[in-house]
This record gives sequence, structure tokens and C-alpha cells, in this order.
Amino acid sequence: MSSSAPKLCVADVSMTFKTPTGAFHALAPVTLSIPQGRFVSLIGPSGCGKSTIFNIIAGLLEPTGGRVLIDGADATGTIGRVGYMLQKDLLLPWRTVLDNTILGMEIQHVPLRAARERALPLLHRYGLAGFEYLYPNALSGGMRQRAALLRTLLFDTDVILLDEPFGALDAQTKLKMQEWLMQLWSDFSKTVLFVTHDVEEAIYLSDEVYVMGTRPGRIIATIPVPLARPRIRGSVLGPEFLAIKERCLDLLHLDPTASEAVNEAA
Amino acid sequence: MTVPDTPTVGAIARLDRAQTESETSKPGARLVRRLPVQKDWPTWALIAAQIGILVGALSLWEIGARTGWIDAFFWSQPSAIAQTMTIFFTTGDAWTDISFTFRSTIFGFLLGTTAGSLLGLSFWWSRNYAAIVQPYIICLESIPKLALAPLIILVFGIGLVSKVAVATALTLVVSTLTAYAGVKALDADSEKLFYSLGASRLQVFRKLVVPFCLPWIISVLRVNIGLALTGAIVGEFIASQHGLGRAILYAGQTYDIALVWVAVLVLSTLAVVMYAAVSCLESMLRKGVRQ
Repeated sequence: MSSSAPKLCVADVSMTFKTPTGAFHALAPVTLSIPQGRFVSLIGPSGCGKSTIFNIIAGLLEPTGGRVLIDGADATGTIGRVGYMLQKDLLLPWRTVLDNTILGMEIQHVPLRAARERALPLLHRYGLAGFEYLYPNALSGGMRQRAALLRTLLFDTDVILLDEPFGALDAQTKLKMQEWLMQLWSDFSKTVLFVTHDVEEAIYLSDEVYVMGTRPGRIIATIPVPLARPRIRGSVLGPEFLAIKERCLDLLHLDPTASEAVNEAA
Repeated sequence: MTVPDTPTVGAIARLDRAQTESETSKPGARLVRRLPVQKDWPTWALIAAQIGILVGALSLWEIGARTGWIDAFFWSQPSAIAQTMTIFFTTGDAWTDISFTFRSTIFGFLLGTTAGSLLGLSFWWSRNYAAIVQPYIICLESIPKLALAPLIILVFGIGLVSKVAVATALTLVVSTLTAYAGVKALDADSEKLFYSLGASRLQVFRKLVVPFCLPWIISVLRVNIGLALTGAIVGEFIASQHGLGRAILYAGQTYDIALVWVAVLVLSTLAVVMYAAVSCLESMLRKGVRQ
């Protein structure tokens, strides 16, 4: 697997915004290389350019320098190549849950019936049975995130970007959703890039954690997470896990006792 | 922390007590009342009261006019109005007038609402275009459109077209501004989501902008039907051969006060019917849009 080109490669991407007060360096040259099927997290303080990287990978923002490669081919500035789930669920209130999840396929001109036939079994299998024909306003926060995530998955791209998908959920729901996401990820073997403020969440979910620094946004460390999968919830108290967590928090210039502050920094 | 505060708290408590004593005279007594409860009358009683008021007022009017208490020349009287009403509908132009006013209102309403909504939505396509056109729209809004009515009649003649034009002028700007408000309220992240899925501009417009703005567009329908009717009537006031507005003007000029009342009554009925129909349409559309 390591011999072939990485699934997603961000090569020396930098971003400078022009502001009335002068140029603002949002991203120093950043390089990421993610093999097929990996789960990789980005953590870092607010304003370190995580969302900027995502917007560049999704093609919504033209970088000042560098290139985005998907399967070795240049994908800089082109849209529709990766699934991108933004912080808000952005479900359309005038569409049923089912019709919300097929939005990506619909835009790619998949016939409506075929799209619905593909989506229905997934909705059933992944916890939205009985909600297919309801409108989003009838759903709880966790359910809405599920629908939004299935919409991203059904868009059928190998690479998926998740920008703090569980940031607004309560702690209980968040844990449930993490397990749910792990299930989904192992079933679909997608390449996932995940942004979070929650260090524990990042380590628990990922194969690799990129720690970012700010001013300008850059990657200051790449920390592998060699924990066996499938992971169990109890592993977050294991010595190996805690060692990684401590290292991450050190890199974020915080000590482990202040982890709550990191969690709440959203 | 509590220690330095204690004197102040004590002072406030003393003050409180002093106030209460001066208010209730009896120290320590507390005002206790039953919760005031209003009894709802049955529906038939409410309707009976409403009819009673109407009948009473009409009777007073009739009696007043007969005894010379009220000057029947200026105010007419219910019996005369009823008579005129029968004549208006049997031998008069009632149906021609109603149909004329109705048509100019509906055409103006449809034209103004549709064109205005499309114009408002079109601002989504280009920020530059919106920035250039916006001052003109705001100017147009601030002009009292009815003041332009004589000009419109001059240009479009005294037929139906000119009434439609006045009604359109009144409704168009309202619809434009409302649809544009919808466009401006659109969440930038929703657009981002669509583009991340590889959507074209047309797809974003059709699948996001239009359905998002529909509730805005629907919300002005009821306002617009009233405006369109006002436009049609004013158009008829200025120059027309038919219509309820023209009937009112003509009757007033010939001191046929009973006919003025009749035309106003018919006009009000028409307004109520159209308003109810549009409300019905609105709730149907809302259900269709499910916002």
C-alpha cells in the first residue's frame, strides 16, 4: 500500500489573504500525505488554518502556492472531488431526510429513483430508520449529524473531510457518534481527514494526528497512534493513550490537567 | 465575601419593610387575590352580539334618516341603499364593473409579484449587478407610486392596461425587495456545501436559492393583493369607463350617495373574497414548501 501514490497529498500549500491592513499569512507551506483508507485528524488552536486547508482541498479556495493531489493527479481548485462536511449540518429544511442525503448524487445527475434506492438501505442500517420521510426540524442534533454524514458518504468520493462534526453535540451523544463513525469508516474504507478541538477524540479515532501551530498556520508535529483496532472506550485510560495525549497537549502548550479547556475551546 | 456586604443588605431589608408598611398599612400583611379569570362566551353568543350591533346601527341610521335627525342627502339611508343595490345588480353595470376591477387587480397582482420576485432572485447571480441596480430599486421604493398614476394612465390609455400597470407598479417593488431580502439571508455555508458537491451555478440557484427564498416570496402575497386592488381603484379614479372605482367616483360627483355606499360595499366584498383566496393559496403553498 505504501508503495503506491498517497490517496490525498497536500503539497507545500500556502495561503495568504489580502486584508485592508496588509497581507495575512493564514498558512505557511503545509504538506500532508495520506494513504488510502487512513483516518487522520488535525488538531490545533483556533485560527490555525484548519478550515482553510479543508476549503483548499475541497476546491472552494485557490491556494496562493502549492498543489492538492488526489491519486497523484492535480486537483487544485476543482470542486466535487471530495466529500466535505462542514461544522453545521446544513440540512435543507424543505427536503425530507432521505432527499437531503441524496443531494450529492442528485447534483451529480444520478436519477432520483436510483439515488433513493441506494440511500434507503444505508439510512436503515445506520440509525435513521423511521426518519427517512421526516423533515430535518423533527430530528435531534445527533440525528441531524448522522443525516449530514450519510449525505457526505453517499456523495461517493474516496476522500472525506469532516470539519468538527461533533463539536456542537453533548458529551453523551458525542461518544455515541464516535462509535457510529468508526463503524461507518470500517464499513466503507474511506480516507478521512478529521478536524476537532477535542484531543481525546482525535487520538481515539485516528491512525495519525497532525498537530498544528498558529501564525502562520503550519504543522508542528505528526503523531502516529499505534493503538490496535477495533478500539474500545476503555483504551482512553491506558498508559499508551495517555502518553500520546500528553504529547499532543504539550505541543499545544497546555498541560494534561487543562484538557477540559481544549475540549471547550470550540 | 459576605461580611463586608452585610450592612448594605440590612439597609435594603429595612428600606423594603418601610415601603411595605407604608403601602399596606398593616405590617406584615400580604395582599392575596384570586387569579382574575375571564369566562369565554359561547360562539353563538359572540355571533349574536356581532349581528346585534350591526342591526342596531342600521336601525338607528334608518330611524335617524326618517325623523330628519340625520341628513339623508349626505348620508343616504339603509333602505335606499338596499334599493339601489337591487337596481345596480339587476339593471345596472354591477357585473361589468366587478369583472373589470377584478381583472385589473388579478393581472396586476400576478404580473407585479412574478416579475418582482424574479427580479429580486436575479440579484443572486451577480454581486456587481446587484450593487449597480440596488440604488434604483430603493429610489423606486421611495417614490409614492400612486403619484405616478396620472402619468401611467396618460401612457397606457383609459382601458384595462393602464389599471393593470398601476397595480403592477405598486406590487412589483415590494416583491423585488422581499425576494432580495431572502437572497441576502442565504447562508454562505449552504452555498459552500453545494459547491463542494460539484454543483453548477444553475443547480445552486434551482435547488437552493429558489426554495430558500420561496417563503419570503409567499409572505408578500397577501400584502400584494391589497396593493393591487388599491392600484386598480386609483387608476379607475383618474380615468376609466368601467370598474367599481369609477362607479364610486361617478356616484359621488352626481350626489348619488346610495350608489357610493353600494359600490363601496361591493368593493369591500371583492377585497375580502380575494384576500381570503390568497390566504388560502398562501397556506397551500406553505404546506407545499414545508418551511
